[in-house]
Amino acid sequence: MIGLNEYLTVAAILFSIGVAGIYINRKNVILLLMCVELILLAVNTNFVAFSSFLRNQVGEVFVFFILTVAAAEAAIGLAILVVLFRSRRTINVEELDLLKG
Amino acid sequence: MTITFQQLVFYTFSALAILSAIMVIASQNPVKAVLFLVFSFFCTAGLWMLLESEFLSIVLVLVYVGAVMVLFLFVVMMLDIEVDDLKTPFVKHWPIGLVIAAIMVGLMLIIVGKQHFGIDQVPIPEALPKDYSHVKALAMVLYSDYLLPFEIAGVILLVAMIAAIGLTFRGPRDSKTQNVSLQTQVTKQQRLTIVKMASEGAPK
Repeated sequence: MIGLNEYLTVAAILFSIGVAGIYINRKNVILLLMCVELILLAVNTNFVAFSSFLRNQVGEVFVFFILTVAAAEAAIGLAILVVLFRSRRTINVEELDLLKG
Repeated sequence: MTITFQQLVFYTFSALAILSAIMVIASQNPVKAVLFLVFSFFCTAGLWMLLESEFLSIVLVLVYVGAVMVLFLFVVMMLDIEVDDLKTPFVKHWPIGLVIAAIMVGLMLIIVGKQHFGIDQVPIPEALPKDYSHVKALAMVLYSDYLLPFEIAGVILLVAMIAAIGLTFRGPRDSKTQNVSLQTQVTKQQRLTIVKMASEGAPK
């Protein structure tokens, strides 16, 4: 049988890949947003695993809310990205230094 | 040692999810990265299905893959990014970043290892009854104890929709609203004109 630790291991690896993607990639803002989605997926997997093994529905309710907030975050993030691309003609992270002073 | 069907499904889905997640951060082309992310979501939905959380698994595929990832694809394809410009998408010292990620995953694996969350510590729960409905169980919690957060989640989605439309809308803004900064910057000359004129005769 598959124990809880195996699900948690998969989630931990997915989470680390997401974090690594955020600080390895320095060019593309869309890729950073996708890494955030990956991290949220890993966290949701943890919630679902614990909820299933402890037979407690509350964890799944939280997954529901995380999915909602992640969808809202993706929508607003992509909208900001579109506006940014319209004004600067680039989404390269290194060139977005308007607030650098 | 034989591998049960459940284990076969689990290891296949997890390996595919992790491999495609690596491809997400390693691929040069943003469109391919989004497609790999979609595949990773599919595999994770399979894992959730194994955890007997059918409703959330379907929601992940329908809402996440069907809506959010398609939105990502739209944006990636709409912005015409020069792929040559993003040819080397990594920072200069990316091996150091990988080492830090490896240390992080090692520490996490120590914590979630067998001695803390193994089958002995967290036993496999007993099988659910045959007429168990996951949707019903979820709804009983969601619509009673978590009714207010549920409503707030709806409001968050509404706010996100309005914000996204407001950010990207480019048409004429033909609503009649006050422009407060113009109103406070107004000077006397713009509002008041003193006209010199000869006095007229006395009233009869």
